[in-house]
Amino acid sequence: MLVFIIRRLMQSAVVLFAMSLLVFVGVYAIGNPVDILINPNADQQDIERAIRGLGLDKPLWEQYLVFLRQAALGDLGKSFAFNVPALQLILERMPATLELATAAMLIAVVVGLPLGLWAGLKPDSFAGKSIMAGSILGFSLPTFWVGLMLIMVFSVYLGWLPSNGRGPTTDLFGVPVSFLSWDGIRHLVMPATNLALFNLALVIRLTRAGTREALLQDYVKFARAKGLSDARVIGVHVLKNISIPIVTVTGLQFGTLIAFAIVTETIFAWPGMGKLIIDSINVLDRPVIVAYLLIIVTLFIVINLVVDVLYSVLDPRVRLGDTKA
Amino acid sequence: MSADVTSIDPHFVNITPNNNVAWHIFEALTDVDENVRLIPGLAESWRAVDPTTWEFRLRKGVRFSDGAELTAEDVAFSIDRPATLASSPGPFTPFTRPIVAKEIVDRYTIRLKTATPYAMVPYDMNSIFIVSKKAASGASTDDFNTGKAAIGTGPFKLARFARGDRVELVRNDAYRGPKPAWGRVVLRIMPNDGARVSALLAEDLDAIEYVPTADLKRIRSTPRLRLEQKVSWRTIFFTLDQRAEPPPGVTDKGGRPLARNPFADARVREAMSKAMNRRAIVDRVMDGAAVPASNLVAPPVFGHVASLKPEPYDVEGARKLLAAAGYPEGFTTVLAAPNNRYINDDQIAQTVAQLLARIGIEAKVQTMPLAAYFPKARNLEFPFAMLGWGSLSGDLALRSLALTYDADRGLGAWNWGRYSNPQVDQLVVQALATVDDRKREGIAQDAMRLAMTDRPVLLLHHQLATWAMRRDLAYAARTDEYTFAHHFRLK
Repeated sequence: MLVFIIRRLMQSAVVLFAMSLLVFVGVYAIGNPVDILINPNADQQDIERAIRGLGLDKPLWEQYLVFLRQAALGDLGKSFAFNVPALQLILERMPATLELATAAMLIAVVVGLPLGLWAGLKPDSFAGKSIMAGSILGFSLPTFWVGLMLIMVFSVYLGWLPSNGRGPTTDLFGVPVSFLSWDGIRHLVMPATNLALFNLALVIRLTRAGTREALLQDYVKFARAKGLSDARVIGVHVLKNISIPIVTVTGLQFGTLIAFAIVTETIFAWPGMGKLIIDSINVLDRPVIVAYLLIIVTLFIVINLVVDVLYSVLDPRVRLGDTKA
Repeated sequence: MSADVTSIDPHFVNITPNNNVAWHIFEALTDVDENVRLIPGLAESWRAVDPTTWEFRLRKGVRFSDGAELTAEDVAFSIDRPATLASSPGPFTPFTRPIVAKEIVDRYTIRLKTATPYAMVPYDMNSIFIVSKKAASGASTDDFNTGKAAIGTGPFKLARFARGDRVELVRNDAYRGPKPAWGRVVLRIMPNDGARVSALLAEDLDAIEYVPTADLKRIRSTPRLRLEQKVSWRTIFFTLDQRAEPPPGVTDKGGRPLARNPFADARVREAMSKAMNRRAIVDRVMDGAAVPASNLVAPPVFGHVASLKPEPYDVEGARKLLAAAGYPEGFTTVLAAPNNRYINDDQIAQTVAQLLARIGIEAKVQTMPLAAYFPKARNLEFPFAMLGWGSLSGDLALRSLALTYDADRGLGAWNWGRYSNPQVDQLVVQALATVDDRKREGIAQDAMRLAMTDRPVLLLHHQLATWAMRRDLAYAARTDEYTFAHHFRLK
């Protein structure tokens, strides 16, 4: 297991390196932020001076080497637009995004699992069919539309929930979180639900499919024949066996939730990382773009690792040493 | 607010959202009113002592929010500071570089010297926020963002800056002017149009800027809300590559290269201008939130020529001109536009392409995000490109957009079409060196009149700036599009 983790980490370093190079070349090919941020009244000399000031007049390879040297020391550069370290910029917004993604994941699992189980156990009932029909909506409705509809209904017409923003934060172990106050939760409910919809549908369908398959297995028949109660058959034997695909998918989806919370964050003006990356791409703020993507890639790597380890815990047949990642 | 604020440091980067916030906390020597006409700011008066020396007299007894009195020392410090911030992608140095020397005459008087006669010093001083020398000496961006160095003379003080989310302000009781109606103001940063409008509808916001044109009708029909509109200084137009060589992307209808560059022919430019149905674009694409343009600058702006009229829509005339120029069948060109910069920019480009098709010019529309668009356009990769421009005066707009490209003298920096007319050059240079504003406006208007008959660019319209707010609020709508909390009041 240790060998596996070490090998995985080494592979990750290569991925991070390749990633940074790609982003560097990509942003370089588009242009430089001075073209976008410079005042229209600036003349050619001002433009030249600004480009030189940011070190963007140097050849690409030289800029990249400077970046690598500083990155090795843990410094991912200063944001062009904000004039503060890119890493600080991202880390100060991370708690908001993590909170939103975690809340969305909780909603997806806590609501999705029982609904999926029900639909799997009673596939032909009215409730079962309704759940499945609903899950199709969850898959197919675009997030931005659902978000705007939620705002129209719950904020504009009913006036129950605030339409945007994050509630007041309190520090929990040094991390600012908003779910500890009632106002914070009121702000969190809509964006989290909006972000959860897709995954909710996914969890429902996975659980239902898994349940239906498991019910036909010999061990379930045997457990029933043994006279075990329904609760024990389903709650222990079925649930444990269907949890493997669900853990995999939710794990992978968690990364996706963090990386792609952008739409939800934009619509609900949630001050997370997604809004930052969009703004940074718009002004070609390369240090922020590179740092953001590096962090997201790292996050995916860590999540995959955790999923693989969880796998081996849930399924004794899986041996990590044998996996070639 | 519709765009992200990157820093509270008022000298770091010259972008509208940052300046908008800075105007709440700081002031400048000169100010502009809602028609972008120059008015006194921290300086109560100014005059040209001689053609290369400007003298500014400060108001007496103006206090910074930390209690210290404003003096000429602070002014000199603020003018020097932009040049010391080397890592700015959009520095304020264009406004400070012409000043070659400063002389502090007394506590309340400062003289600024330029190398050559330069009329724009009082205008340029409108862009340089005055900070407290004591608080801002050696201050970093972080010191401003936390509020430590953000000591100004403006109507508000910074309470909290939460990047990407909000700026919280409290009233500055030491402010010299009329007290703002609000003790505490929160500027929320909400770049998404739909989110901004729905937050206003949900009563979570009291007022918003940049109302999307598609939502104007809805807000008009909501009894709780009202709109304020005013012609903006932003003029939308198209540049045409007028160099001798036919530009890439311009061919005849069969895709074969052309012998000459059609855009270098004034008749072709006139034909294209006649084919653009400005009224229809304003009514249908912009939902009325624009006015057809006849000048490079909007009506209230210095140097606007009222006698010029928007080019009338005339398909027949356009066809004849095109035939006379030797293109009876028309030709093919690329039409480039950004898709996230100006109001309805991509729809406008599509509409213009369809209008041009009526006179036989096939314009292939290419739209892209600003981040990809500007670098390419500045590299002259587009023969026919959309651009929007806001300027304090007509001669300034001409200097950037229509003067012969000259990197050494800083002329024509945004002249993407490389239009060149020595007479216009001469008039604009003369206007910018004329320190008497009355005389200067006359020369600037002559230059505008002369340039517009040549059509260096194809003018489209001036955008309207729109604010939506609670019924019981009033706002003095501004041509410079700034949203100032202290200019909102209860009706």
